[in-house]
Formats: sequence, structure tokens, C-alpha cells
Amino acid sequence: MELGQGLDLASLGSQLLVGLSRAMILFVVCAGLSFVLGVLRVPNVAHGSLYMIGAFAAYSIFRFFGSSTAGFWLALILAPFVVALVSLIAERALFCHLYQREHLMLLLFTFALMLIFGDLVKLTWGPEYCSVVPPKMLRGSISVFGSSLPRYNFFLLIVGPLVAIALWFFTNKTKIGKVSRAAAVDREMVGVIGINVSWVFAAAFVIGCYLAGLGGALVVPTVSVCLGMDHDIIIEAFLIVTIGGLGNMWGALVGSLIFGVTQSLGVLFWPQFAIVFPYAAVVIVLLLRPRGLLKSVW
Amino acid sequence: MFKGTIDVKSLRFIGAILILLLILPLIFPRFYIYMLALIFVTSLLAMSLNVVLGHGMIFQFHHGVFYGVGAYTTALMLSKTSLPMWLGFVAGPIAAALVGLLIGWFCIRLTRLYFGMLQISLGSLIWAIAFRWYAFTGGDDGIHGIPLPSLISSLNSAYYFILIILVICLVALYLILKSPFGSTLEAIRDNPQRCEAVGVNVRRHQLKAIVIATFFAGVAGVLFVVLEGSVFPDLLFWVLSLEIFIMCLLGGWFTFAGPVLGAAIMVSLRTFVGIFTEYWTLILGVILILLIFFLPEGVMGYFLERFRPQARELAEGRGE
Repeated sequence: MELGQGLDLASLGSQLLVGLSRAMILFVVCAGLSFVLGVLRVPNVAHGSLYMIGAFAAYSIFRFFGSSTAGFWLALILAPFVVALVSLIAERALFCHLYQREHLMLLLFTFALMLIFGDLVKLTWGPEYCSVVPPKMLRGSISVFGSSLPRYNFFLLIVGPLVAIALWFFTNKTKIGKVSRAAAVDREMVGVIGINVSWVFAAAFVIGCYLAGLGGALVVPTVSVCLGMDHDIIIEAFLIVTIGGLGNMWGALVGSLIFGVTQSLGVLFWPQFAIVFPYAAVVIVLLLRPRGLLKSVW
Repeated sequence: MFKGTIDVKSLRFIGAILILLLILPLIFPRFYIYMLALIFVTSLLAMSLNVVLGHGMIFQFHHGVFYGVGAYTTALMLSKTSLPMWLGFVAGPIAAALVGLLIGWFCIRLTRLYFGMLQISLGSLIWAIAFRWYAFTGGDDGIHGIPLPSLISSLNSAYYFILIILVICLVALYLILKSPFGSTLEAIRDNPQRCEAVGVNVRRHQLKAIVIATFFAGVAGVLFVVLEGSVFPDLLFWVLSLEIFIMCLLGGWFTFAGPVLGAAIMVSLRTFVGIFTEYWTLILGVILILLIFFLPEGVMGYFLERFRPQARELAEGRGE
């Protein structure tokens, strides 16, 4: 149980950057979860499975194009759409018939989806570990603070804010974004003024799941893709969304930053119990701000 | 919700099931006896969750932690100390109830989803400690080969031991839920504001319910040690908690015996479908979806509604 080695400023800085880039992936996934939670009021347990499908789909597309640079970019673009398609089918075929039911029943439904998706992934891709190599321009590392960091982490640090800006633009400037925000606050009223709420829900669900797929596609070069990655992310995602404020996109960003940074600094300070740190951070936040850091839409 | 007093008919029914369960080990092969014992343990766990979930509408999202704490306490006492064995069996539930009191005390000031999320994060802390503290808890390997008293070390005697404890616990739970305490808990579930207004200390009452529920979860944990002779961190992991949660919803969480049915369905599905294919969760998912679409009140709720007109009236009176 010894403390981490080399507690100097350089390793602190680089570990901080690792944490920030991890937080960007968490943010992309949690923003989707938060969006679905805000508009549909459904805790989507299957969100982690969609993230896993996104990762595996990105792997397959990458391999299909001969592991080339173009394949990598195509995987990054197409994999989220594959996930969006899967979620659209699930939503229109099954989920949309259940909106009138009690919320715990919807939770049960998404749990069933998680079980089904988990096994479908196992059927399709098998239990092997898969990995993807990023293209040449993102390979290698850059030296910062005297220690080297993978270039891909810097790529993530650029993508994360871009996604945040795009999401902000979407929810504030486009009609569908505004309608879904309105539906989050008062769904009856939205129905009354002649908007098909069912399709708004479908759109919100698909967009949320698209973000899960995007997160999955983004994470692929940094970890080995395997079964069980859905379990790992979903609980973190729920905690992040809760401490940020349910349904609040900026809350998801704040929560992800807290979670990612405490996790990576925990590795530095006390490697054996590194996983304890983010959970402890969540406990502290919830005790101080029981309803999350930012305003929740619930 | 279902205030059906125990009549002669149900007593006969329960008696017949008990006698059947008592003679089963004489005829059935080991495999089925093991599965039945596992169903008993899981049923008790699901029942204990339903005390707070179905009867109290408290979103106990991480109930598995208390099960694991009970199991780990007993396992550690039996394998690492030379204290009398029975002390280990008593310590498990008490430790679970103490942890339940501690976590509940923190969580109870939050409501619904926030309650559940805080509990998940607190519970995950305990999981992380058990998962990583190799020197004490054995880390991700867990503890194996726990020495059990010779009286209950064979499968059949473990079966009878678990059955007896289960029956005692179910009777105790039944009495607790039918007592004024249980009625108040249900009243809080149905209308917390009004309960507050007539002078019920809602928070404290719910906290008491949580302690009771976690105590019985600890008992289930001890029974798991008796059955398996080992513990591992998966007992404390949130996936298990979610599974118990689902069992309650599946069996019918507004009924007393629903969780037992839910547990039996989940465990036997896993065991039997698991024999034929490794994709048993796919089958389980499909069955769950069918149940959600066709039996919204849970399996037990469906049967009660179907065969007991009086229950149907009650359900209608609830405004559903």
C-alpha cells in the first residue's frame, strides 16, 4: 500500500492531461445519457451497451477498410450512425409503446435491452479483445512537462469541446433542439401546440444514443475493445449525470471533469485504491449539493 | 396493498409447499438441490429489498452491498479468527445492518433517484475496498474454502439449514410488514406529505425500514456463505444489485411473495438456459420484454389479479 512514485509537478501535469482527455470521452457519453434522461425521463441502462456497440462497430469498420487512415476516420464517422440506427429500431419497434408506463417499468425495459445488446455483441464479435491503431498523424507522443503524452489524448482534448459546442448549438439554435428542451420541461404543452411528442422523443433518444456511439468510437484507440465495457461505463455515466444535475449538458461536462481528473490523480497518489477517488468525489458532491452541481431539469 | 389475511386455504397451500421442499432432497439429484438452495438465498435477498422498495418506495439501488457485507463479515470471522463459529453467523447480519444504518443515514436526506445514486456511489466505495484490499479481503479473488461447522457442511444439511432460516425470516418479514410499522411504511409510500402532517417522522421511519431490510440482506449473505463456502467482490457489485431490483419488479413488487417468484424465475432461467446456450442473458432479455408488454403488474400481480377478484378490486381502488 505504498504511495505513487515521483510526485513532482511534471507527472502531476501530465496525469492531469490524461484525466482531462478521459473526461472528454466520459463527457460525450454522459451528454447523451443526460439528454435522454432530460427529455424522456428514462434512466437508460442500455446506454453503456450502445457505447460498446459503437466501439465494436468502429473496430469492424476500421478493419473493413484495411486498417488504413481513411478507415479510421470513416469508423469515427460511421460507427455512431450504426448505433443511432440500432437505437432507432429499438425505439420505434418497442420503446415507443411504453411511454405511458411507470418509470420503473421503463428502467426494467432498458435493463432488458442491455441484456439483449450485450449478448448480441457477443454473438457478433465474440469474446476476443480487439484494438485499433490511430492513423499516423495521431500516433506517437508529444512531450509536455518533461514527460511524453500520446498525441491521441490531445486529439480528444480538441474533440470534446467541439462536441460541447455542437451540442450547445443544437439545443439552443435549432428547432428540434428547442422542441426537445421544451418537451423536457412540459411535454403536455408541447403536444398541445401540435407537435408530435412521440417523434420528438424518438429523435431525442436517437441523438442521445448517437453520442453513446460517438463516445465508443472515440475510446477505441485508447483501450482494448472487449465485452464488459458496457458495465464499466454505465455506472460511471449515471453518477456523473447525477452530480452534474440530471438532464443538464453542462452538468455532464462538469461531472465528467470531476470524475476523470479525480480518477487520474488517484492513480498518481494511491494506485492501489485509485478507483476509490472518483466515487468519494461523487459522495462529497452529493452530500454538499444533493440535487447536483448545476440546475437539473427534473 | 394486498391486505389478504392468511386464510385456511393459503395455510394449506403453504404447508403443502413446505412439506414438498422438505422431502425434495431425498429424491432430487444434487444439482437441483443446489439450485433450490440458491433460489432460497436469492429469494430472501429480493424479499429484503422489497421491504424498502415495494412497501416503502425507497429506491434502494445498491442493495447488493449489504448482502456482500454480511457474507464478507461472516467469511472473515470464520476464516481469520478463532472466535466461536456461531458468532460469525450472528455478526454478518449485524454488520450489514450497521452499514445499512450508516449508508442510510447519509442517503435518507435525498429522495428517489438521488437517493439511489448516492447509495450507488457509497456502495461502490465499499466494493472498491473489497476489490483492492488484497491483504484483508483477498481482493478480486475473494475468500475460498471457508471453514463451516460440520453440522451444515454437506449440501443436504446446508439445504435444510437455509430452508429453516428462510422460513423464519419470511415469517418475521411478514409480521413486520403487517404490523403498524409496516402499515405506516406503506402509508409513507402512498402519501409522504400527509404522513408528515399527522406527525410521522418520515425520515426516521424510512431509516428504520432500511436497517431492517439490510439486516435481512445480511442474513441472505450469511446463507450464501453456508451454501458456497466462498465470497468474492461480485457480491458487492452494482450489477447484482440491479438484478435483485429487477427480480422485485419482475415478480411483482406490490405483493408480499412476488420477489420470491422473481428470484426463482431469474435463478432457474439462468441455470437451465445456461445449460443449453451461453447466451442466456439474451433469452432473459427477451422474456423480460415480453413480461413488460403483457404482465405489467409483475408475474405475481398477474396471478393475484387473475384468481382473486378481491385483489382486483384493491388494484382498481388504487387507481390503476
